[in-house]
Amino acid sequence: MERLDGNAAAGLLQEVFAREMTTAMETCASCGNEAVVATTHVYMGDIGTVLRCPTCEQVLMTIVHVREELHVDLSGVRRIDLR
Amino acid sequence: MAAPRAGWQSATLRDKRTETDRAATLHLLTDAWPGHRAGQHVDVRLTAEDGYQAQRSYSIASPPEDDGDVALTVERLDDGEVSPYLVDEMAPGDMCELRGPIGGWFVWDADDGGPLLLVGGGSGVVPLMSMLRHRAALHSGVPARLLLSARSLDDVLYADELHGLDAGDDELDVSITLTRTAPPDWPGYARRVDRPMLEEVAWPAADRPRVYVCGPTPFVESVAAGLVDLGHDAGLVKTERFGATGS
Repeated sequence: MERLDGNAAAGLLQEVFAREMTTAMETCASCGNEAVVATTHVYMGDIGTVLRCPTCEQVLMTIVHVREELHVDLSGVRRIDLR
Repeated sequence: MAAPRAGWQSATLRDKRTETDRAATLHLLTDAWPGHRAGQHVDVRLTAEDGYQAQRSYSIASPPEDDGDVALTVERLDDGEVSPYLVDEMAPGDMCELRGPIGGWFVWDADDGGPLLLVGGGSGVVPLMSMLRHRAALHSGVPARLLLSARSLDDVLYADELHGLDAGDDELDVSITLTRTAPPDWPGYARRVDRPMLEEVAWPAADRPRVYVCGPTPFVESVAAGLVDLGHDAGLVKTERFGATGS
């Protein structure tokens, strides 16, 4: 699957968080590095979208679509700073 | 009951213009377009008669100053689910759904200043064109350079408009590189973007240009790495990757 970046997930993230998210800063729960959401590594498939840390490639966030439902797993993110 | 998926509105195709053999610009009208910033994109959603839905992201080509409609330049992917319809079949009066504008990071406002370095691979030039049109609409004197990579001369988007902008503006330089076929008398570059080309085209790193790189993932990563290698501050190099369409 082709690696994209957080810009590609911007519409979906806006749907989840109800605000512009590409400028937000995420702190990886695994390595502790901070990354602007736009620079995270994003993989988009038919059933869902995965955001990975650009430093250590661990999963930050998954967003899975099941019919009209969205299931969001944020366990790979230690904190999100909105700006 | 599931919550409705937010943010979609219907859009009507007002006009469509052929850009190249593989690309067209769609002028879409919505009831309530909130305005956009140069560099933003929209999500387009199509629904088949059986309810099957497909959606893709497309960059906005028009500048914020165009308040009549929103223009998307779409390149046809032959195995695509959405782009063949948009480029070949959708006719004025037809409708689709649209969500946006989207994104607040890969954007340039004239007030951000420069100098500005724009590097686009294939249809990655689309959001950069919105920035150049924004710059032209405001008569911004911000020095700007565009390096555009395309397979062949026939694949160069906005060729005439770019030529006109370049010719009429001392503060703008447009460079084009053709990666597959170039005419025998081609005066521009004829190879993939590499470090010597970036060194020639880009502002010196000491000038701290604001850099925007958009294109297929391998293109973007090679250009961004080359610029950082040349001493550009990674924090000033903004990148946007999209699925491979060739550059």
